[in-house]
Amino acid sequence: MSGYFRVRYADDFALLNTRTRKAWFGLLAAGLCVYPFVSGPLWLDLANQVLLGSIGAVGLMLLTGYAGQISLGHAGLLAAGAFTTGILFKEFAAPMWLTLPASAAVGASLGLLFGLPSLRLRGLYLAVSTLALHFIVIFLGGEYETRRGFSTGIVIDAPLSSPRGWYFTLFFAAAVTVLLALNLLRSRTGRAWRAIHGREAVAEALGISVPRAKLSAFVVSSTLTAVAGCLFAYYRGFVSAEAFSLYLTIQYVAMIIIGGMGSLLGAVLGTVFVVLFPYVIDAAMALLGLSERLSSVVFAVNYSAFGLVMILFLVFEPQGLVGLWRRVQNWFLLWPFKQRPLAK
Amino acid sequence: MQLAVNIAVLASIYALICCGYVLIYRVSRVLSLAHGELMMLGAYGLYATASLFGGHPLIAVVAACVLAATVGIAVYLALMWRMTGESVLAAVLATIALGILLRGAMILVFGTQTQYPLRDLGWTNASVPVGDARISAAGLALILATAAVYGGLFAFLHGTRWGIRMRAAGQHPLLAAQRGVGLHGVYALAWGLAALTGGMAGMLIACDAGLEGTLVIIGLKAFPAALVGGLDSLAGALVGSLVVAAAEVLLIHYVDPLLSDVVPFVLLLAMLAVRPWGLFGTREELDRV
Repeated sequence: MSGYFRVRYADDFALLNTRTRKAWFGLLAAGLCVYPFVSGPLWLDLANQVLLGSIGAVGLMLLTGYAGQISLGHAGLLAAGAFTTGILFKEFAAPMWLTLPASAAVGASLGLLFGLPSLRLRGLYLAVSTLALHFIVIFLGGEYETRRGFSTGIVIDAPLSSPRGWYFTLFFAAAVTVLLALNLLRSRTGRAWRAIHGREAVAEALGISVPRAKLSAFVVSSTLTAVAGCLFAYYRGFVSAEAFSLYLTIQYVAMIIIGGMGSLLGAVLGTVFVVLFPYVIDAAMALLGLSERLSSVVFAVNYSAFGLVMILFLVFEPQGLVGLWRRVQNWFLLWPFKQRPLAK
Repeated sequence: MQLAVNIAVLASIYALICCGYVLIYRVSRVLSLAHGELMMLGAYGLYATASLFGGHPLIAVVAACVLAATVGIAVYLALMWRMTGESVLAAVLATIALGILLRGAMILVFGTQTQYPLRDLGWTNASVPVGDARISAAGLALILATAAVYGGLFAFLHGTRWGIRMRAAGQHPLLAAQRGVGLHGVYALAWGLAALTGGMAGMLIACDAGLEGTLVIIGLKAFPAALVGGLDSLAGALVGSLVVAAAEVLLIHYVDPLLSDVVPFVLLLAMLAVRPWGLFGTREELDRV
């Protein structure tokens, strides 16, 4: 007898079930551990940015991709985490083990605040209210900067300086985030989020407390995001209100769109795409020999190319990179057929 | 008195921009977050036609208006018709992506320098005394243009065949389509009108204060005014603009000039908490299983 059978409850709970999957996962983990020792400084920095971004992207994915609550205030939440860290560092010289939980707490309470409108508003109006909160958070941060005389920004000393050290710290943080999200999603909370995404009235009829599910989605998402903001502040060593523009929100939203809604893998793939995108554009411009002519407007080229890619994904592949991946997978799985056979 | 004049000018700026948000939302239930960029594109259109028709400022203005309306229709035909019937999120995100695309493209084509289209037209921005206050000629033009646009829109929506079609499409798209209203045509017209009015606002602001990147932020700040008044009501947009402009001007004058960027959004949040559908908007229907 051969094949894969689930004979114990532990098999049902396992995240990695088959031997092949375990082997591939081991290979991936080993590859990620070796990576910082073989890559150059630029590639290490890019990897760090991806890891950092994926924490925030997973947070947004939980909220928008799974619970179906639109948020356009993501940069505001990142800013809240970063400013909490910056202010605690400047005013009280607080160490990292204090600023990180403090950022998480600020994120959680802001999440509750961001989430409150969601109890009455849906869809568009919710997006707008989170957008308004974004402007208010940024305003408060800017206000602190000008009042205290850090008009250009707050400088923070990072507890660790080697990029490799950062890589493993961020790797750990991102891994914990993904694991947390995976487990949350297959527990009651995650199932409740999917249910309210599907249809609120039905979810309520099934016995799910809709306000509770919505608020928990906002709180979890904002906590993760604020923690990402705190790490961002340490990684950059610098906090300023200008860094958290609306464009940052758009980038995070693009991550989950381009990656593929409703998939954690999508959040990570989207982060890789969005982080690498400017460098790809740069390389493409160098290849076409346009770098000198466009050197002063590189950001404009980035903007327009980014907008174009987002539109292309929205129009032609709404399921994002994950959708593309699944299509390729299915093509091989089903070959020579095009569709799954009808149920027998 | 000067405060009242300032409020009137700012309110008419917001109102002129808002009617684009309202038109598109009312007709197709899509919120266009690319409106600030369309507005800026209209202003750059004026800048381009001003240098093209050097000696004939009036022709340049008319050409710029035609250009703005064409851009709006082109946006619908190129992108937004694919989003018809998609989820709210997809449509909003498409307009956001369009906004970034346009912003980048405008910088690539026109550069980042501040432009003064009024000077290129050969006109000057004289200051006109009103009682004991003063108003710039462009500001006066803004107020007049807003009045004309709102009057014209009211007459159009209530008196003409296409206007009635637009209202029908906004009320019940499926029923309207089954009664022979071509939805794509109506939506394209809404986008054209929105881009035209937004473009006019952009042109007039550019004439008053110069043409640069901050125009987009004004477009975004006008959005709370539309929501305070009610996203699907033109009269509401007018009242909302007045409320937001009054709050902004008074708070800047009496409290802190730095508040200018947040006041509209604080008002917006307050409105959403108390009466999400705005002062004059219609309540959204409840969700049914």
